[in-house]
Amino acid sequence: MIRASTSLGKDLIGLEPLNAEQIRAILDTAEPFKEISERAIKKVPVLRGKTIVNLFFEPSTRTRISFEFAEKRLSADTVNVAVSASSVQKGETLVDTARNLEAMRIDMVVIRHSASGAARFLAERIPSNVINAGDGRHEHPTQALLDMLTIRDRLGRLDGVRVCIVGDILHSRVARSNIWGLTRLGAEVAVCGPPTLLPPGIGELGVHVFSRIEAAIEWAEVLNVLRLQLERMKAGYVPTLREYNRVFGITRERVERAPRDLLILHPGPMNRGVEIDSDVADGPHSVILEQVTNGVAVRMAVLYLLAGGEPEKAESAKHG
Amino acid sequence: MHAPRRQLVMDERAVERALARMARELVERNDGVAGLSLIGIHRRGIDLAERIADEIERAEGVRPPVGTLDITLYRDDLMAIGPRPVVGETRLPSGGVDGRAVVIVDDVAYTGRTARAAMDELADFGRPARIYLCVLIDRGGRELPIQPDVVGRVVDAAPGERVDVLVPEVDGRLAVELVPAEPPGAEPEPGTAEVP
Repeated sequence: MIRASTSLGKDLIGLEPLNAEQIRAILDTAEPFKEISERAIKKVPVLRGKTIVNLFFEPSTRTRISFEFAEKRLSADTVNVAVSASSVQKGETLVDTARNLEAMRIDMVVIRHSASGAARFLAERIPSNVINAGDGRHEHPTQALLDMLTIRDRLGRLDGVRVCIVGDILHSRVARSNIWGLTRLGAEVAVCGPPTLLPPGIGELGVHVFSRIEAAIEWAEVLNVLRLQLERMKAGYVPTLREYNRVFGITRERVERAPRDLLILHPGPMNRGVEIDSDVADGPHSVILEQVTNGVAVRMAVLYLLAGGEPEKAESAKHG
Repeated sequence: MHAPRRQLVMDERAVERALARMARELVERNDGVAGLSLIGIHRRGIDLAERIADEIERAEGVRPPVGTLDITLYRDDLMAIGPRPVVGETRLPSGGVDGRAVVIVDDVAYTGRTARAAMDELADFGRPARIYLCVLIDRGGRELPIQPDVVGRVVDAAPGERVDVLVPEVDGRLAVELVPAEPPGAEPEPGTAEVP
């Protein structure tokens, strides 16, 4: 039985406001959900009759598909709305869009938006459950949860595990959610990247900072390698992609020189030959495709834990 | 503390004797062990299914495959309750369920809703040749037209009362106890709640 303290409430906006028990409850719930995706009929009736809108103001393929699989495997009805091309250009606000959807009687909204805080803004204004699928530089909680599930599956624990996040920390909501989630469950977290791509005061979040990738690899058990957005080069954060690969790229030579077997994660999509070499991405240390598999299970767990539910009815229903 | 007085219905030996008889009854009904598979309902049905399989092996020399089923996601009241119950492991018996005689093993038959959910879930896994329902305790109070095929003991329990089946893997001992209705206003005993 999940105790009241582990209840997530109405929304999942980020990992920062969650306590260790709540995060653990999501990861523990994701475990049995993995098996559903291995069945011949990959469907359970949990969210039958629920309507979920995937509201994407930013292009996304894998996160949206992962959410959509999770929703469909729980029997929800789903609608995908790619807003960048439609109403926003006509000047409609985020809240107007959401209220219009609500007027069609929906139950949950999965939102991706380029503005930090967009998910919370929406959650405070509509009664539906809101799940943040990435808002600006703020958080991308389900990505961090699937990263944590993958690490925990492979190493058997998160407490005391040394995880280094490599790359563009400054612009990364994935990095931020990982830092909150991992530190809350007792992992040691470090970041490594060009000084231009490390946020000022990052050390105050309780993370180590490495300026050299060799030192980071020496220290870490897990590397979470972030995608280098190609726009960053144009904006002058890094000189060239080759230069970035030479200094920070995760190459086979670097991985082989590590003092222990590394676990290599990447949230995708990868720039092969830039932040990670193909040898490593497809090599024995990579768990990148396990992350994708776990992503569906974690999102199923979040949908299950948030959907419906009135605590006051729990007691009377238990002894049925 | 007004913890209600628990009343012993079956001790360890009584449960063991009942399970041995239930095992013989299942084999007799199925005309042997061939094609028989057991599925224990999470959590206490799993332990009971393993014990029945042990008894069948002792008598027949062949152990039927045993699987586990968590019916939480098939409950008809799931969206009405919260916080969300923890979901346990579902693992089909080796050989699957297609064409098998599948025995659903649970601790207590009450409303019939667990058996309904278990049958719905089994139907999503395949098409058993037939399904038996086997429970250690039938306490009556059915809300659906579902009756167990093999029963350890019938216990006459009033609506507010609870019948607890205790198994070593979960509770540290093997027994059946009757818990009388709680006096109004009393806190429900923690940790003893089970899905219906």
